[in-house]
Amino acid sequence: MTYDVAVIGAGIVGSAIARGLAGSELSVALVEARSDVGDGTSKANTAILHTGFDASPGTLESRLVARGYHLLGEYAEATGIPVERTGAVLVAWNDEELAVLPGLKEKAEANGYHACAIVDADEVYGLVPALAPGARGGLRVPGEAIICTWTTNLALATDARRRGAALLTDHRVESVTVGDGSRAAVTEGATVLHTTRGDIAATWVVNAAGLGADQLDAAFGHRRFTVTPRRGELFVFDKLARPMVPLIVLPVPSSRGKGVLVSPTIYGNVMLGPTAEDLTDRTATGTSEAGFEFLWEKGRALMPQLLEEEVTASYAGLRAAIDRPDYLVDLDPEQRYVLVGGIRSTGLTSGMAVAEHVLELLTEAGLDCSPRADLPPPPRMPNLGEAGIRPYQDDARIAADPAYGTVVCFCERVTAGEIRDALASNLPPADLDGLRRRTRAMNGRCQGFYCGAAVTACLEQGAVPEEVAGRG
Amino acid sequence: MAEDRHVAVLVVGGGPSGLACAASLAGSCEVLVVEREQRAGGIPRHSDHTGYGLRDRRRLMRGPAYAEAWRTAALDAGAELLEGAMVTGWTGDREVSVTSPAGRFRVGADAVVLATGVRERPRSARRIPGDRPDGVLTTGQLQNLVHLRHHEVGHAAVVVGGELVSWSAVLTLREAGCRTVAMVTPYAKAEAYALFRWAGRAALRVPVVGHSDVVRIEGRVRVRSVVVRDRATGVETTVACDTVVTTGDWIPDHELARSRGLELDPGTRGPAVDAALRTDAPGVFAVGNLLHPADTADVAALDGAHVVAAVRDWLDRGGTRRGVRIAAEPPLRWVSPQYVEPGGEPPARERLLSWTDTLVRRPVVEALQDGRVVGRCRTWWPAAPGRVFRIPSGILDDVDATRGEVTVRLRS
Repeated sequence: MTYDVAVIGAGIVGSAIARGLAGSELSVALVEARSDVGDGTSKANTAILHTGFDASPGTLESRLVARGYHLLGEYAEATGIPVERTGAVLVAWNDEELAVLPGLKEKAEANGYHACAIVDADEVYGLVPALAPGARGGLRVPGEAIICTWTTNLALATDARRRGAALLTDHRVESVTVGDGSRAAVTEGATVLHTTRGDIAATWVVNAAGLGADQLDAAFGHRRFTVTPRRGELFVFDKLARPMVPLIVLPVPSSRGKGVLVSPTIYGNVMLGPTAEDLTDRTATGTSEAGFEFLWEKGRALMPQLLEEEVTASYAGLRAAIDRPDYLVDLDPEQRYVLVGGIRSTGLTSGMAVAEHVLELLTEAGLDCSPRADLPPPPRMPNLGEAGIRPYQDDARIAADPAYGTVVCFCERVTAGEIRDALASNLPPADLDGLRRRTRAMNGRCQGFYCGAAVTACLEQGAVPEEVAGRG
Repeated sequence: MAEDRHVAVLVVGGGPSGLACAASLAGSCEVLVVEREQRAGGIPRHSDHTGYGLRDRRRLMRGPAYAEAWRTAALDAGAELLEGAMVTGWTGDREVSVTSPAGRFRVGADAVVLATGVRERPRSARRIPGDRPDGVLTTGQLQNLVHLRHHEVGHAAVVVGGELVSWSAVLTLREAGCRTVAMVTPYAKAEAYALFRWAGRAALRVPVVGHSDVVRIEGRVRVRSVVVRDRATGVETTVACDTVVTTGDWIPDHELARSRGLELDPGTRGPAVDAALRTDAPGVFAVGNLLHPADTADVAALDGAHVVAAVRDWLDRGGTRRGVRIAAEPPLRWVSPQYVEPGGEPPARERLLSWTDTLVRRPVVEALQDGRVVGRCRTWWPAAPGRVFRIPSGILDDVDATRGEVTVRLRS
């Protein structure tokens, strides 16, 4: 068959676009090179729902982040994506940084965000008593929030699928035959994507390929931009550190990038990072000794007490930095091709707004993207967040289904019921990491010492074995 | 929440120390053991090799049989055992909330004994950088996979660490058909016991790489190799392998102890207790490797029997923690118990437990109070990294209850 639209890349941006398009009468394919959705840049970011206060005013990014903040906030309410509205504070450590704060406040206002407030050192320590001595003042950004990036991606992709989009995982696009637009025969005139699992024909193609977006763009004959993978390494600290970090602690941005932040995570941990290192290898998601040392030094300067706690996890994510200061979203009517490039870490927040923008562009180009009448309700996602009630805490739920009373992963308190649900879901995990992103199982301080074998058995059997499920 | 329950003694954790405590107490009062695994028994459940039971059960047993023996002993003594149920937090001074398939409920007790055990630091907590491939495990996960689930592991493993448990990992790997290509330890030698050093070389044929660290793990999907760096020379060597087992480097599973606000020892990271195993919270006790990470299972179980006197005393008269603070001086990392009462009851087996970071073959141990040596002894066993160093508690006999902190130190 020929799809009306093929969206390449099932990260947050691609999934949001596919979801938006699948809400119309159009036939949609969501094409993903990896075995799971959200397995590239989307799985390893700092998981902050941004107000957009520090974007460059007037850019597309500024507009879409501000819009996405509201869209995703509402969508999170509807689907149960965990969000914790902690707020943030930028901390100035010297005169130079202190002098920057009024300008940042003005910039926020130029971006349409008016809730920022400059605070003195006492107020900073009132907000974060565990902060190292020497803070001079700060800027409060009460609207910044933490969010579950994994659930966001899964919700959008699940929703796309329930609306009728075909999710084609393990389909890596290797080359493209660009269609000429004629309607002579079924696939003639359509663009054909030659993938590792066969050809996919589509009238329109949306490139949301993240780290691979420039290479795919080149397959359409363009030479517009280059993606530079920017590696960000992070430490996740033990939950016992969480009381030290009641809100997001941001550095004052400098010419050397945004710097290292300390943030609570939606799972009740504390995150320190990221580093920023430009690479050439688009698959280099390993961590490094130099990165660890850098983070440890930063941590010591920011919050020495934090380093007394255990490190639960470390990971590295790649951000799809491009050689331009803004998102690059462009529709080519001749090729019936839309590029969605340069969506850096803000894409978590802006994804739904990017989708809305792409749908507008396609509508202008003559594609009928208007919503159809019989849309299914948005999916209700399992709660992975500490702010809400988790199944192991839910009396009524355990009474109705004892599987929610059997804790399999002790550190993260993941129950047999949740693992069962993830394995039986509309979008089941392809591997252990996929199960971890859907349930938090094995993500805790023991990293599988207690539950690793049991969780592996669940994955391999595609269900929770009796001896793991208990006698409930 | 479902209806509350009240028991005389609540034991949190059904490993050797918790079960031994229950077995010793259940004859005289109502004891409830809450265990989050589906079957009680603790770590020996999945350590399917010999070496268990010598000091407490007076016979040499394999881990699973040993675990089962303590489980049976607790049940036979009349203790109630709630398996597959997890204590998730405190709802009062001696009251906890429990999640189980039968629902959520609160358990209040006259006395609470924490026996929550230890875990190994995984790769992340050791901050070993590199790729994140499959095939990187702790000994606990390895033994769960091999002994409880008969799962395959790789063919060539690097074992990180040189503690007793590291050799336990080697045995498990061998049983699973996986060769240990190197044991990498920061210490000069693969410490633990001379017996293991000899056996390691001769029988298990494990090449021990001393004075070194694993500084990088490589492999995108499955482990391909590790990079080992010599601490003295800085020379790096790549070792091909498909499995990495991070062993030992124990940390107490102390979440409940911390959330209850108990005084913790900075060295052990477990509760600071007196010789009778009382914590600073009245009616809250702690036993086993939560206190001394990590001694052998039989020593943990003997704690379980030892705490009984203090629990009974609390139930009868309300005794609270007492004694002079005992601290460790490097190279001793910690000493347990942390409070000892001069002239009072001695600690379990009349031993102070401690951990050393350097090898002292013929150690002299000194106790200092206010800068003055108040006790000294020579042990006929070495102080070796990788296992607990046991000190006769008699060195504290002349401590003055009215004076300050006592420091325990090593001399060669």
